[in-house]
Order: sequence, then C-alpha cells, then structure tokens
Amino acid sequence: MIKTLMKSIKGYGVPSLLSIVFVSFEVIMEVSIPFVMKYLIDEMNTSNIEKIIIYSVILVVMSIFSLIFGALAGKFCARGSTGFARNLRRNIYKNITDFSFSNIDKFSTPSLVTRITTDVTNVQMSYMQIIRTAVRAPFMMIFSIIMAFMISKELAVYFVIIVPVIFAILITIIYFGIRIFNRIFKKYDALNASIQENISGMRTVKSYVREDYEIKKLTKASENLKKDFTKAERLVMSDQSIMQFAIYTLNLVVIFLGAIFVIQNGTYDETLGLITYNKLSTGDLSSLLTYGMQSLMSLMMLSMVIVTITISIESARRIVEVLNEKPTIVSPSNPIYNIDNGEIEFKNVSFKYKEEGNKYVLSNINLKIESGQMIGILGGTGSGKTSLVNLISRIYDVNEGEVILSGHNVKEYDVDSLRENIAVVLQKNILFSGSVKENLKWGNENATDEEIIHFSKLACADEFVSKFEGGYDYKIEQGGSNVSGGQKQRLCIARALIKKPKVLILDDSTSAVDTKTDALIRKGLREDLKETTKIIIAQRISSIQDADQIIVMDNGMINGIGNHEELMKNNEIYRDIYNSQNRIKEAE
Amino acid sequence: MKKFNSNTFIRLVKYYFKINKWYMIGIFFFIILSSVGTVAAPVFIQKIIDDVINPGIKFGFDKVENTFIQLLITLAVIYSVAVISNFLMNQLNAIATHRFLNVLRIDMFKKMEKLPISFFDQHQRGEIMSLYTNDADSIREFVSGTLPQIFNTIIIISSLAVMMMIYSLYLFIFVILTTVLILFATKKVGSKSAKYFIKQQKSIAEVEGFAEEMMNGLKVVKVFSHEKQSRADFDKINDNLQRNSETANGNANMLGPIIHNIGNVNYVAIAIIGTFLVVFGVPNLSLTGIRPLEMGVVVSFLTMSRQFANNFNQISMQINTSIMAMAGATRCFELLDQNEEVDDGYVTLVNANIDETTHEITESSTRTGKWAWKHPHKEDGTVTYTELKGDILLDNVDFGYTSDKIVLHDVSVYAKPGQKIALVGSTGAGKTTITNLITRFYDLADGKVRYDGININKIKKSDLRESIGMVLQDTSLFTGTVKENIRYGKLDATDEEIIEASKIANAYDFITRLPQGFDTMLVADGANLSQGQRQLISIARAAIANAPVMILDEATSSIDTRTEKLVQKGMDAIMKGRTIFVIAHRLSTIQNSDAIMVLDHGRIIERGTHDELISKKGFYYQLYTGALELE
Repeated sequence: MIKTLMKSIKGYGVPSLLSIVFVSFEVIMEVSIPFVMKYLIDEMNTSNIEKIIIYSVILVVMSIFSLIFGALAGKFCARGSTGFARNLRRNIYKNITDFSFSNIDKFSTPSLVTRITTDVTNVQMSYMQIIRTAVRAPFMMIFSIIMAFMISKELAVYFVIIVPVIFAILITIIYFGIRIFNRIFKKYDALNASIQENISGMRTVKSYVREDYEIKKLTKASENLKKDFTKAERLVMSDQSIMQFAIYTLNLVVIFLGAIFVIQNGTYDETLGLITYNKLSTGDLSSLLTYGMQSLMSLMMLSMVIVTITISIESARRIVEVLNEKPTIVSPSNPIYNIDNGEIEFKNVSFKYKEEGNKYVLSNINLKIESGQMIGILGGTGSGKTSLVNLISRIYDVNEGEVILSGHNVKEYDVDSLRENIAVVLQKNILFSGSVKENLKWGNENATDEEIIHFSKLACADEFVSKFEGGYDYKIEQGGSNVSGGQKQRLCIARALIKKPKVLILDDSTSAVDTKTDALIRKGLREDLKETTKIIIAQRISSIQDADQIIVMDNGMINGIGNHEELMKNNEIYRDIYNSQNRIKEAE
Repeated sequence: MKKFNSNTFIRLVKYYFKINKWYMIGIFFFIILSSVGTVAAPVFIQKIIDDVINPGIKFGFDKVENTFIQLLITLAVIYSVAVISNFLMNQLNAIATHRFLNVLRIDMFKKMEKLPISFFDQHQRGEIMSLYTNDADSIREFVSGTLPQIFNTIIIISSLAVMMMIYSLYLFIFVILTTVLILFATKKVGSKSAKYFIKQQKSIAEVEGFAEEMMNGLKVVKVFSHEKQSRADFDKINDNLQRNSETANGNANMLGPIIHNIGNVNYVAIAIIGTFLVVFGVPNLSLTGIRPLEMGVVVSFLTMSRQFANNFNQISMQINTSIMAMAGATRCFELLDQNEEVDDGYVTLVNANIDETTHEITESSTRTGKWAWKHPHKEDGTVTYTELKGDILLDNVDFGYTSDKIVLHDVSVYAKPGQKIALVGSTGAGKTTITNLITRFYDLADGKVRYDGININKIKKSDLRESIGMVLQDTSLFTGTVKENIRYGKLDATDEEIIEASKIANAYDFITRLPQGFDTMLVADGANLSQGQRQLISIARAAIANAPVMILDEATSSIDTRTEKLVQKGMDAIMKGRTIFVIAHRLSTIQNSDAIMVLDHGRIIERGTHDELISKKGFYYQLYTGALELE
C-alpha cells in the first residue's frame, strides 16, 4: 500500500525531504535556545554585562535562525504535502479515465468522488504530520533527554524511566479510544443515513404526516448516540490529564531530588559571600524542568500523529484500491492506427460480463456487415443488443471468437483510433455542463461552426438550438437538465456525427423523438453518410423498418437476419413485435 | 479575507450557553483553577530556589528542611488542584460538547421536518446533509476545542499580565510592545492563511463538482476517447487547489515559528534591559510601589514573558478552526431561520357516525370506520359536518413555482368518489405539479382546489394528507424491518392488519420467503430488495393507511415481468373503492380509467375515456400506436 502511495511523492520529494531537514534544524535551535538562556541567567546573577551581551547576541542570532528554519520547514512541508495530494488526485483521476467499462461497473460514482476528495485530504493530513510532527516530536524528545543528561546524569535518569511508561499509557488509551470510536462511528453513520432518508423521502414523510414520528425516532437515536460519544470522549480526554499528572510528578521529583543535590554539592565562601554551584546550578534545575516538559509534550504530539495516521489508513486503502485497479482494455504494443472502412464481421463470438460467471450474454454470434450499410437491431430487454454493439468499439472484449473491423481484429487497433472511428450514442446518455457548442465539440475539437451546424441539422437539432437564447452558446446545465429528453437525444446524435465516424452506433437513441423526426434523421444519415456503417438499436419497428439488414436478437443469440419483408415472412418474433405495435392499424 | 462574522459567533455562544449553562460555568471555573496552577507553579519553583537552595548552601540543609517540605507540599497541592480541575474540565467539556451537538442535531432535524417541500425541491440533498456532517463537525471542533482554549488563554495571559505588572511596570512596557508586534504578525500572516483556506474550500468544491460530473459521464468520456482533454481540465482545477492549499498551509505553518521567535527576542531584550536597570540601580516601578530592582525579579519576569508569548501561539492556531466553524454555523443558522410550513387550516377530519336514514352526521370519539370533515364557521359559531368521500375538484387552475414561469395553464380536473383519473404526458408536462397541489405541498392562493366541496386551503394540512394516500415512484422506504415499513402507514396497526395489507398489495408471498420474513431488516433505502419488491412494500404501506383518495405514480424503471405483474395486481387491488389519480408511464394500465388527461407543457390537451381518445386520433392515439413515446 505504502509503495503505491509513495509513487505520488514524485516531484515533491525534495520539498518533503527539506521539510524534514529544516524541522530537525528548527528543533535543534529550539532545544538549544533554553540551554543558552540558562547561561544568560547565570551571568545575570553575577551581573557580568560583557558576557550577558555576548549571550544575548548569540540568542538573537539563534532566534533568527530558528525563525528561518521554522518558516522554511513550514513552507516546504506545505509544498510537499499539498504536492503529494495533488499527485494523488491526478493519478487517481488518470487511472479512472483509463478504466474500461468493466472497471467502471465496479465502483459507484459517489465512492469515486469521495476517493478523490475526502480520502485524499485525510491522507494529505497524515503525510503533513509525518514530514513535520513525526520528525519534530521524536527529535524534540531525544534532544531534550540528551540535554537533560548533559545537565545532570543523576536526574535525567528519571526521564528515561517515565517516558516509556507514559507512552505506553497513551497508546493504550488511544487504542481503546479508537476501537470505541470506530464502533460509535458506525452508529453515527446509521444516524446520518436515517437523516439522509428523511431528506430524500420527505414527500413520503409529509404525505403520511409522519413529521413528529420521525422527530421522535431521530431524537431517540441522537440521545443514544450522545451517551456513547460522551463516554468515549471522556475516556480519550483523560489522557490529557494523565499527561499533566506525569509532567507535574516529574517536576516534583526533579525539584525534590534536584534541590537536595544542588545544596549538597554547592559551596559557600563566607568571606566573599559568594555561592558556588558545583555539578548542578539553580539555572540547571529550571532547564531540567523545561526539558522534562518538552519531552513529555513531544510524546503527546507523537500520540496525536498516531491517531491521525490510524484514521487515514482506511482512506489510504480505498485510494490504493483505485490506483491498483488495472484497466482491462489497453492498446496492443504495435497498434494499427488507420481504419479503412466500416466493414464488420463477428466470428463465433461469445461474451459474458463476469469472467467467472457461467451465463453467456451472447453466444456464438456470426455476422457480416458491409461497409456503408444501415443495420437495425431489434429484441427484448436483456436479449443482448447493447452487448453486441459494445464489442465493436471494445467497450467490452469478447470471451471467445473475434470481432473484425475493416479486415483486422479490433484488438489489433489502437484503442483511441478505434473509438475515434466508431461513434456510439449510448443508451443512457449525458451532456456536460457548458455551452451547446462545447458539448458538440466533444466529437471533434477542431470542428468549424459550419460543420457543427451541418451535423446539427442532420440530427434535427439545429431547429431547436437556433431557438435557444444564445443559440449554440446556450449553457447546458449539469446532466443536461435544462433540455428535454428528445432534445438531449438529438444533441447526442449530433455530437457523435461530428466525429465523421466509419461506424455509427445508435443505441436506442431516438426513443424520445417523435416518429416523423426519427424518420427525418434516418433519411439524413442514409443520404449524407453513405460511407458510414450505421447500426441502429430500436424498440420501434418503424425506426428500423427500412434498414438493409435487420438483426433480431433473442436470449443472446441471433434469431433472424434479413430485411423487413423477409423477416415478416420468416421470423415469428419480428412478426409478433410488428403486430403488437401496429394492432390498431390492423384492427381498422 | 471574509469578515469574521461576530454576529454568528455571539449567536453560537449564546446558543451553547443556553443548553449548557451550568456545564459552561463549571468549565470556566475549572479553567480558572487549572490556569492558576499553570501560573502559580513557576512562582513557587522560584521561591524554592530563593528560599531553600541558596540558604541551604549557605547554612546547611537542616536549616531549610522545614521550609522546603512546606513549599514542596504547597506546590504538590497546587499541582493536584490543577490536575484535578483540568480533569474535571475535560470531563465536563466532553459531556457539554455532545449535549450541544445532540440538541443542535435535533433542532435542525425538527426544523427540517417542518419545512415546506419547496425547500427540498430547491436545495440539493448533499447540501442539506452536509449541515449534519461537515458543518456540525466544524462546530464541534470549535465548541470543544477552540472555545475553552480561548478562555484558558485569556485567563493565563491576563493573570500573567497582572503578575508581570506586580513585578515591574518598566519591563511590562516591553512585553506590551512585543504583544503588539505579535498581533500584527498574526493578523498579517494569519489573515492571508485564512483567505486561502476559504479559497481552498472553494477549490475542493470545484474539484468535487467536476469529478462528480465526469464520473457520472465516464462512459461517454470513454466512447469519445475524451480522456486526455478531461484530464487536462482536471489538472487545471487540481493545480489551482494545490496552489491555494499550499499558500493556506504554508502561512499557517509559519505563524508558530514567527510568534515563538518574537517571544525569544523579547526574552533577550528584557534580559539585557533588566540587567542594565539592576546594574544602574534604577528604582523599579511596579503595581506594589517603588523598590530597587533585583536580579531575582528580572529572572522570574523572563520566565513569565516567555510563557506569555507562547500563549499567543496557542490562540493563533485556532484561527482556521474558528473561521470554518463560523462558516458552518452560518449555514446551520440559515436552516434554523427558515420559515416553517404554515398550516392555518381549521377544517379537521373526525370519526363520525352517520345515521342511515336521516344521513345526519354526528362526531364520535371512537373509531367508527367512517370519517367526516368538521367545519366550524367563524361568523355564526356553528359547526357543519361533511362526509369524507374523496371528491376532488380542480377548477381552472393556473400555477407556477415562481411567479415568472407558469407551469400549469387553466387545468380543470373533476374526480368523483371512486373514479380513476389518469394523467398522461412527458416529463415536465405538469403531472407531478397537479398532485403537489392536491396534497398542498405547494399552495394555490385561491380556492380552486376542493376536497368534498371544501376549499382545501381551509383543511388542516395534516388531516388533508392523511386522507390522501400516495405511492411514489421513488419508493422511499426507511431503515427498519419490513413490518415497521408497512406500519408506517398506520402507526397503531396490529400484526394482523399488516399481514392483511401485505396480502392486498400482493407482497405477502415474497415477504414470507425473505430470510426473516416480516422482520427482515431493510438497509440503505431497501437496497437489499429488488425495485419491484420495494414497490410492493410501499403499496402495502399505502393500503394500510386506507385513505379514500390515492395518488399512484407508476415506476418507470424496469422491473422483471413477473414482479411487474404482481405490482400491477397490487395497484389494482388498492384502487378498489377509492378515488384514484394515476400518473401513467405505460398506457396499457390506464385503459379502464374513467378519464384520461393528456398533458403537454402544463395544459390539458386531450381528455376523455380511452375509447374516446383513440377515436379522436390525436396525441394520445399517437402515443398508443407508438408513433410517439413518453420518456
């Protein structure tokens, strides 16, 4: 997991390292400053002005350095951690856009969005703590203890004893705290889920007049949660007090033993009236107290780092899951870039969505389509219509057999070239926020205004776009919510046409368009895109009646192929569908 | 920088205080006690040095032993008080925080439940949800961490200030200068950081919005091989986020070292000046009078001034939490300030006895199975009763959600008790709007909608809605058992009634086949059941409510044919003997309607029975023959 995440440090390794370096420098300064201050105070007691000024200058210089180191550490830390987060988001996004449809099917949209936002932020926090606090805290502790030893071996020993004890206590509390919190968070999630249900089901709540009932229900759950949270928080909060207790105990011990130690070793020259400290001075004693506090506070900091990291582990795991997801469809090593024509052949093709599953969605399909033909595909839901056309542009790959386009297996082509030459208008189609023109240019970035208008006319979209406020500059809202379903479908067709594809696939793309317009679009396609192979999946027979070949799908197999007249004669399914759709005319 | 909203701050603190008055007083009391410890302890340590160690060296340990023990005990007592009060403070704080969050959550929820549907139509679900999660969370950090921290720091800073003034006013002037410098630096660096934190939040929202749209349309991105452009677009906003977040964090990180080292320089300056003052014997001006300045005083002063500066550092670290909390609190208060759905209806639904011969209606206090509208007349103080039948009338209704966009034009619908009315039309034609008006999710100003002849604006909303059952497309089941979900329609329903209702709705068979039968838990909006099964449960829920008028919104999403037949049968079963409005997506199910209204762009363009409409050969005919399709 860490190895995968580490890849995203690339380009920000230097600032991260510099952050670590400068944090260490800053700590050295911060620890040495009290040390020099002690000398300053000792000199003040003897009023040695010259020495006082020397120490003062040293201290000011050290402070300046400490400031510079600190500021640089802060800057580099920010650069390193935000850069790491940037790379993570970038890499996640890149990998997701490399996903094939079968990869996409594994993840839900909200879960992908959470990974890019919240999860990355959590990991960034951890990283920031690691290159700053996790360096600072142990350094601080070690230096403080070293300094303490330099002042007095006898007293510093107590530090060494107390530090691991306190650390063990802190970790234990955190361990149990996190366990309890994890349990409570599940309840918390459940509570939030129930609020979410209320928000989305408000019409139901209100139509059954259950507002008060819901309030009572939530109040009970919330009160319950409050109790749990309070209990857990009280436990975790007690570690602060334990810490304080430890610091104060250490202080008392150091003062008690230290004072006796100073007195025992100090000498007094009665003639001069001068006290000489041997081995340990009073200044040393206050420094020892400071170091004691510093080392214990660093422990506290360290334990907070551990908490942050623990919280982010789940996020990291989810990020890595996406980063390690291997796209199932990639271009071959020596791809063919040119696709000459739209001739398509299916040879003994079988397909299933899950490798391990045993139910084939398509079995043993054999089919030949000439370049430039118009093909209709008909069949009930789940008969395999969409699956069949998806294999042509390698939205999914076959399990058995081969799909041949323009004389080559589709797997031999560069995937991008393949998809640039095959335009698919998906069943569930989407327009993106942006102007109509921007949306249409998805088909071809360099399309001229004339081309855009030409193909929009072909898709019968120009008639309503030109009535929009601002025409082709009209802003489409997210999800295309401000155009009607039929308009959306026609815009999606126009967007596909602008690609000038060798193969055009319309997957139930005119269901919201009335029959007249539908026929008009087909007429346009037939006349304008003579070279393009046109495959149309439809529910209405009228949409495909005039196709060169009509394929009737049933239960993953081809039930019949032929033109309208042939199928009316030979194919029972086709005849049934025709009759049900035209029953009224028949009756008359 | 967005101005720190002091109104929100005051309101939040007041709100917090109202809920946790005694806790807050307790917390503040213990903060004061524990900060006394923090401030007093160094003084006693200095006293030990002055009164024990130095005399000890001079005169021997035995001479000072008693003083030493006394001072140690005093120090131990001070420490104990500090530790205990800190412990109690933390405990109280933990309790108070969650008391507050609990009340906040419940208050917001109570408010939310009482808001009109228009609020939910105008706000995104995620936006409302975020109040309970993100915003409540930032408020939690503020009340549990920042608020006590600020109070603690103020106490320590002011007691240190008083102590320093007692020690030496001259030197204190220096501390004031330093404080000004620190405040200046904090304002400069801190406000830059805060400004970018706000920008960072915006960038995150941008990344989220972009990612959401692209993840939704990922399949389109793939078929257009639009990956590269989409990545380039993402890179742009991603880099922007990094820049903002780097500046925000960089400045925040710098604040600590800056304040800390200003404190260090202040320390040195005071040391030098103090020494000079002592050496040149300048008399010391302090709050307690003028005395010569001693070196011991200067040394103690130094320690205090250092502590003083470090406390500013503590406050500066709270700036960003405060800003986030205020932003969150502002949004929460916005919800709490929303206007609730008004209900000034005075016609109520009562149990009734109806005399079979005279048809006279009398009110009953027990459940009779018959219902009546109780209509008090203000003018003459009389009360009239009207039998609940389920007669619905819409009379030339014009309606728009906003005044500038009318969505219903001159719509009239007459539904006699027991009739089945079908509404047909494409998305946005106005079908849902009609049902919104009947249930008073949205209000019409004038009395153009009538229920049993009564202007529905006069009917109490809760009673009106109880007399209308709804089966919505979006089944909206709630987390809980199957039984609980059906009981939702009638809270005092017995188990037998639930079984009965599920049988009517055709749901009984599949429910009994579930692993725990009626006690099977539904999770996450019934995700463990199929769409069709969820619909059957929601039909059972409507069946048990047994309202005389029913609005049925058929599901569009595909369900398997077997379940679809069951659902249809269930629907047919609960339609019996009621006034029914069906929003139809498949024409096959509405042929037996008493009237079919074909809507287009907010107008009824055709109306009549199936046969009438077919012979008319208009829009409906085209739909029926497949020349046109509904979405």
